[in-house]
Amino acid sequence: MSNTEQNLHRTPLHALHVELGARIVPFAGYEMPVQYPAGIIKEHLHTREKAGMFDVSHMGQAFVHPAGPGADPARALEQLAPSDFMGLKEGMQRYGLLLNDEGGIKDDFMATRLKGEPSLYLVVNASMKDSDFAYIGERLKGQVRLEPRPDRALLALQGPRAGAVLEKLSPGIGALAFMHVTRAQVAGIAAIVGRTGYTGEDGFEISVNGRDAERLARALLCDPDVLPIGLGARDSLRLEAGLCLYGHDIDETTDPAEADLVWAIGKRRKLAKDFPAGDKIMGRVLNGTAKKRVGIRPEGKAPARDGTDIATKQGRIIGRITSGGFGPSLNAPVAMGYVETAYAANGTEIDLMVRGKLLPARVAAMPFVPHRYKRGAA
Amino acid sequence: MSETRYTEQHEWVRVDGDEGTIGITRYATEQLGDVVYVELPAVGKAIAKGAEGAVVESVKAASEVYAPVGGTVTAVNEALGGDPAKVNASPEEDGWFFKIKLTNAAEFAQLMTEAKYLDYVKGL
Repeated sequence: MSNTEQNLHRTPLHALHVELGARIVPFAGYEMPVQYPAGIIKEHLHTREKAGMFDVSHMGQAFVHPAGPGADPARALEQLAPSDFMGLKEGMQRYGLLLNDEGGIKDDFMATRLKGEPSLYLVVNASMKDSDFAYIGERLKGQVRLEPRPDRALLALQGPRAGAVLEKLSPGIGALAFMHVTRAQVAGIAAIVGRTGYTGEDGFEISVNGRDAERLARALLCDPDVLPIGLGARDSLRLEAGLCLYGHDIDETTDPAEADLVWAIGKRRKLAKDFPAGDKIMGRVLNGTAKKRVGIRPEGKAPARDGTDIATKQGRIIGRITSGGFGPSLNAPVAMGYVETAYAANGTEIDLMVRGKLLPARVAAMPFVPHRYKRGAA
Repeated sequence: MSETRYTEQHEWVRVDGDEGTIGITRYATEQLGDVVYVELPAVGKAIAKGAEGAVVESVKAASEVYAPVGGTVTAVNEALGGDPAKVNASPEEDGWFFKIKLTNAAEFAQLMTEAKYLDYVKGL
């Protein structure tokens, strides 16, 4: 399939992005705003300081329904992912990894069990949605009925003012805790609201019918604390927060052990090893892996990008950067990548090969900017 | 009396006598977005016309800056080290990258005039 501009999709907010002066770029088959006139640095800092609104309608939304009486979507999905979905409480969301038979990561996603509903609600990566939905549908045939919802839009509201802003449009929503999800009316629009996001900040993701998306976006943008934020700042925010970008930091050649995502394997699942390549992956968790995903802080100001070779101080290549750029909140370059496990300890001195020169750097703890989620009292 | 000319890659060069000052245009900075780092050449380095002279890094990506004219680097804009945002704020004045002693004045004459460059940008 060619990826010419003619067959790029548009989200329901496309006209609004253009009206707001966005620079539009192709991304995952969609025309998406990479930045607005404020620019990536201002958008990034505004999100950390107040609140930013992101159009993430390109992401894949779907419901996983039971195929018949007695069928359990959570039990079915556990055949393809190591999360404890059966133990997921009503009104809560959990991070999942879709694994291939070898334990490689096909995608990462969020699964939600809405209160009083027998189905699970999924949000998957835009670039992987067709492949994910085909894989789930085929592998879990007879157990679940997958219902993709391309008719739905998804907006994220992120930042320390997000709670106060959304409370005005949906009284009571401010009481929702991190990773909790509810159906609610927002500005009079029926929505699924989750206290979640991809920036490290407190915030929400709000799923609505596509035809209501622009009305919701305008209601959010009416608040003086809210600015529209493009994909550029979304990427710098998630990188500072140490969050993986699928296709860069994780893919089918990496597994949860080396990707340092063992926390995404449920406690019960670790013991039962009843997920794809469960024995192999738990063996690798126990015995260690050859390489490991780490955070990296280059010294100085020059960013080191995706694909940059990582070397020891003696010049031996020990890994590669998978996400790299500039962190506006740190006013410094930040990166993550994979190194041989012997070099994965925080503080380890390394060199990055940037344009034929050695750029000194250190392995560093992530997140680079502390998470500020609104966790529940539990 | 100085004159400024432009390339299709959105570099500008302002020549006064046999010295040229080189930077990137407003259009280029608008395409790049916020500049966070500029890698400048060493003073004394010889650069051929069209060869890489500097690298400009935005939040998103790194882009090469090519020398619009060949010559020897006589000065670099050290101020960009502490404040790379000068490139966005003042691309054709304070945000200059480096100065070069021209080896061949004819190379300058081949570049686009301001009027021609503005026409060129309009067509993009």
